[in-house]
Amino acid sequence: MRHASRLVAPLEDEAVMSLRSGGKVLISGVVFTARDTAHKRMAECVRENRPLPFDIAGQIIYCVGPSPTPPGRVCGSAGPTTSGRMDPYTPLLLDVGLKGMIGKGRRSPEVIESMIKNRAVYFGAVGGAAVLISNCITRLEAVAWPELGPEAVFKLRVEDLPAVVLIDAYGNDLYRDGPARYRGGGPSSAGGGAAGAL
Amino acid sequence: MIKVREVDVSLVSEAVKGLFLKAGVSIGQDVYNALVHARDRVEKSPLGRSVLDQILRNHDLARDGHLPLCQDTGMAVVFADVGQGVLLVGGDFTEAVDSGVEEAYREGYFRKSVVVDPLFDRRNTGTNTPAVLHTRVVPGDRVRLLATPKGFGGENMSALRVLTPWQGPREVLEFVRDTVEAAGPDSCPPTLVGVGIGGTVEAAAIMAKRATLYPVGRRNPDGRYAELELRTLEAVNALGIGPAGLGGSVTCLDIHMESAPGHIAGTPVAVNICCHAARHAEVTI
Repeated sequence: MRHASRLVAPLEDEAVMSLRSGGKVLISGVVFTARDTAHKRMAECVRENRPLPFDIAGQIIYCVGPSPTPPGRVCGSAGPTTSGRMDPYTPLLLDVGLKGMIGKGRRSPEVIESMIKNRAVYFGAVGGAAVLISNCITRLEAVAWPELGPEAVFKLRVEDLPAVVLIDAYGNDLYRDGPARYRGGGPSSAGGGAAGAL
Repeated sequence: MIKVREVDVSLVSEAVKGLFLKAGVSIGQDVYNALVHARDRVEKSPLGRSVLDQILRNHDLARDGHLPLCQDTGMAVVFADVGQGVLLVGGDFTEAVDSGVEEAYREGYFRKSVVVDPLFDRRNTGTNTPAVLHTRVVPGDRVRLLATPKGFGGENMSALRVLTPWQGPREVLEFVRDTVEAAGPDSCPPTLVGVGIGGTVEAAAIMAKRATLYPVGRRNPDGRYAELELRTLEAVNALGIGPAGLGGSVTCLDIHMESAPGHIAGTPVAVNICCHAARHAEVTI
């Protein structure tokens, strides 16, 4: 397995263009959380020419609604949520400077097209690996819409958050290419299930 | 003379609370072992193995730190089998279940993910209640409680359809396979799939949910269904979706089917998907 490359957020164009679908990365720096309602509200800001809750140029949005923070911890459990639900709003945000997204799940052709046009990247964190990811969060700060609870926008400082490049700025999509490689049992053998052998 | 055993509903509350506090932070040993087996023996994709490794490390961290293993701590589903000889005293049974859920989600720092009304009032209830409660009256004088926090990655990708009477095992296999394929990465594979076949639509859906809770490796006692489970599992894993949907050999850890007598005119089939965070716990009072 190739080593993961280190990335610092916010992202520079050059770094984005060097990434390829399927590559492992460790993300450090600042990312902003947003899920369903926050995306809807941010898209309204863009449409109505109102300022966004944070300067979005070069930033990464992490699609997550963390669980409440227990005493003695920086952040609650914080794995990715299905990002395709944000697809109707994502191109608008990419058009105003969003450079990266962390999430899970397939994205629409419109989002991928907009990512190519705007030189942006979509990272996957492992769905359900919520404590592992929470351990990479070193600071959490509320930014906007606290009334949304777990759906509010938070600014996170992260250190070496493990992720995979799902869709790169050239439109290569690991969700298309990865399963195609293993369909019918994989490159060199017969199928069978995990339980079948138990 | 009818013998009854009194059970105070405060015991039910305490039990429900304990079950969710446990289930929210740990999975069963059967699923854990299946994930280890998948990582070490089955998965061909290096990226898939690294995903499985992250999932396993996450389980260790969650269990040891008493932290919710996934931030989606789910809707609280409770199956209650109440013995016919039990007299529930001390308050309302449904309220007791909800109060156990509420306390668990507060004390465990679990996320509250329930809204007041799905269409017209999407304010969070703030307590993760009401729970989804399925109660059956059964012989005996015990109360068996089975609790499962159901995350919505898998729930969102679940499906139900009604087959015609002349459709059979092949169509069931294809429906399950197509549902898992459509779910792709969204249901957080490797998954556990429950299939309910027969009865009416709601009966099939409840059977499917129960079937997601069977231990990995358990086979249907009816050999015909056992064989269909294994054939369907093989077809699903041949899709190549793999851990986290990044491509690989292990898409599904196991498939369980439950069936019931059906109507002459149709066969409801429900497919309920549970993510690799297969959380459930049970106790008998």
